[in-house]
Amino acid sequence: MNEPEIYAGLQDIFADVFMRDDLQLTPVLSAKDVAGWDSFKQIEIVIAAEERFNMKFHTRELDRLQNVGDLVAVIAEKAK
Amino acid sequence: MTQLHWLPEDPNWRSRLRALRSAGAADPQAAWVEGMALANLRIDFVRSNALDETMRAIFGAMPPKGTGTKAVRLALLGSCTMAHLHGAIRVAGLRRGIWIDIYENNFGQYWQELADSNSDLHAFKPNVVLLALDAHHLAAGLSANFEQEDGDAAVEEQINRIRECWRLAREAFKCPVIHQTAIQVHPDLMGNNEARLPGSAARVVTAINQQLRPLATQDGVDLLAMDARAARDGLAAWFDVGLWHRAKQEISPAAAPMFGDMLGRILGALQGRSFKFLVLDLDNTLWGGVIGDDGMDGIVLGQGSPLGEGYAAFQNYARDLSRRGVILAVCSKNDEANAVEPFESHPEMVLKRGDIACFVANWTDKATNIRSIAAELNIGLDALVFVDDNPVERALIRQELPMVAVPEVTDDPITYLRAVSDAGYFESLAITDEDRARTAQYQGRRAAEALRASSTDMDAYLRGLEMVMVTRRFDTVGLQRTVQLINKTNQFNLTTRRYTEEDVVGVMQSNRAFGLQLRLIDRFVDNGIIAICIGKMVDDGENAGEDLLIDTWLMSCRVLGRQVEPTTLNLIAAQAQKLGAKRLIGEYLPTKKNGMVKDHYARLGFEVVEKHEDGSSRAVLDLTSFTPAPTFIQIQEG
Repeated sequence: MNEPEIYAGLQDIFADVFMRDDLQLTPVLSAKDVAGWDSFKQIEIVIAAEERFNMKFHTRELDRLQNVGDLVAVIAEKAK
Repeated sequence: MTQLHWLPEDPNWRSRLRALRSAGAADPQAAWVEGMALANLRIDFVRSNALDETMRAIFGAMPPKGTGTKAVRLALLGSCTMAHLHGAIRVAGLRRGIWIDIYENNFGQYWQELADSNSDLHAFKPNVVLLALDAHHLAAGLSANFEQEDGDAAVEEQINRIRECWRLAREAFKCPVIHQTAIQVHPDLMGNNEARLPGSAARVVTAINQQLRPLATQDGVDLLAMDARAARDGLAAWFDVGLWHRAKQEISPAAAPMFGDMLGRILGALQGRSFKFLVLDLDNTLWGGVIGDDGMDGIVLGQGSPLGEGYAAFQNYARDLSRRGVILAVCSKNDEANAVEPFESHPEMVLKRGDIACFVANWTDKATNIRSIAAELNIGLDALVFVDDNPVERALIRQELPMVAVPEVTDDPITYLRAVSDAGYFESLAITDEDRARTAQYQGRRAAEALRASSTDMDAYLRGLEMVMVTRRFDTVGLQRTVQLINKTNQFNLTTRRYTEEDVVGVMQSNRAFGLQLRLIDRFVDNGIIAICIGKMVDDGENAGEDLLIDTWLMSCRVLGRQVEPTTLNLIAAQAQKLGAKRLIGEYLPTKKNGMVKDHYARLGFEVVEKHEDGSSRAVLDLTSFTPAPTFIQIQEG
């Protein structure tokens, strides 16, 4: 799975989580940039990503996440 | 499996949600209907929350008018975080047309809030309470080196505490209490024989779950059996240990839609809104192949092939459902003679012709046929579940009759059983004798219909039915059936007031009111309780002490045309006179479904004294000059 595929999948998830179609995912996008991105939404994003990419994140991997780029990197690493 | 797999998918779901959101509250009725439709499609937890946020943005804190259901004020009393489940719970209500407001106790404070009448919980005034104590909470204070008596004492202490919570909730709010059994999340310390370790958390939680079951029945509490559900789906589907450590969420957000739906079924059942009828296609639904083409020798059914056993297993499930009160019907595109033949003479058929209350096999479209099944059985379409292997037929019914539940299935018969059972359409909180007898009633009614068809003289027909009406005041024995009828009857219902068990008990206890439950028995069948009336003396205003208001008058449509109405009026008048009333006041409050009783009181000789623009009316009957109308129904005090 390449990066564009991961971004496309996440784009889809974000569209439902935040009910916005205009959100452009970039590596540096983080919770402070998006209204409503709280700890609940963070869990929603993570679990939706686990289901979509059929993988399970470890506690340490989740603790490291600071922005979209981190999430994409973890997914890419696990998908190898 | 925690997906709502029986609901169909719609590729346009997201754009429909966006459209709903931008339309906003311009047309609240349309927004509610579209919200319900979106809730009845297959959605995961993210979309469930998105729909919930949209509905709340549209309606705010106020339920829309005219939902036809009773709004639920649900108190979640839990020991861990449930905030992530609110959206899915509200959407599960929406799926059933029920508006839900939720209050959740402040973290860990369920006990204090129950006990303190000044708490936020008491201010919220719930009309349903869910007590959800998680396994970690129940196992607090245990130690693996406990002696047997310590372990048993721990179980007993928790059980007493839980029952005390039930009692406090009931006393404070006089409303239904639901108890969520604990998901078994603790690891084993011994292994297969874990139950031999008195202080094992796994053992204690299991023991609590088991011992609570009969006590819940005894205390009138309904269970939300999460332990059983998680055992079916596998613990990993429900509990994410990482999330527990991170956010104290015992139920994974991914499972939230299923959790919400399970709770929603109970909330629906409390309002009598479970489905009651299972309508079955035949070819490739009850057996493999097409009876008209393949013949009796050619269809696949029963022992000898895995597919055939799958069909037989589905038939078996349907028969078991019918034995506990679900009514079966058949809707098939076939020549009737071909369709009936397997029921009468195929050795592997589990279902027999006598199991089917209404059998429709012809070449008319299925939407028309399902309408006529509902008409023949005298029931609302929203009580029907329709199972068909053919996606075209399913799509037709969903489009033409959106109130009929049509589970999504594949062409493998094992999915029919799974869809019907996982969807929980027929959720029931108790089994009444009425449920058991209902199939027999429907068969008896066919004999009565046949008699009517053969007799042209109406009086002779009515006399020939040898009807007896057994009249009883409301009592605890009939309480469940009374509440069920009050909340389910839509058509012959003058005021459509919905009441809980507690409300009905209130009528029982009042000496200025009466409640009647009327049973009709004829030569063919005991029809069960077919009518409910509540009368209340009007104790203020100019005619105080002289007027009796008929607060509720409802009747099952299946006994229309039997003179039940005038007979019931005679009984109401007699009860009213006992309370000293000089006049009866009848009200008609229109809904979408009760147009048939618009002129009910006028037909019975009342004088209509008020007619309002909204269609409601008020009628008066002078009891001082009232003479009971003669009917062919004999009265018997029950």
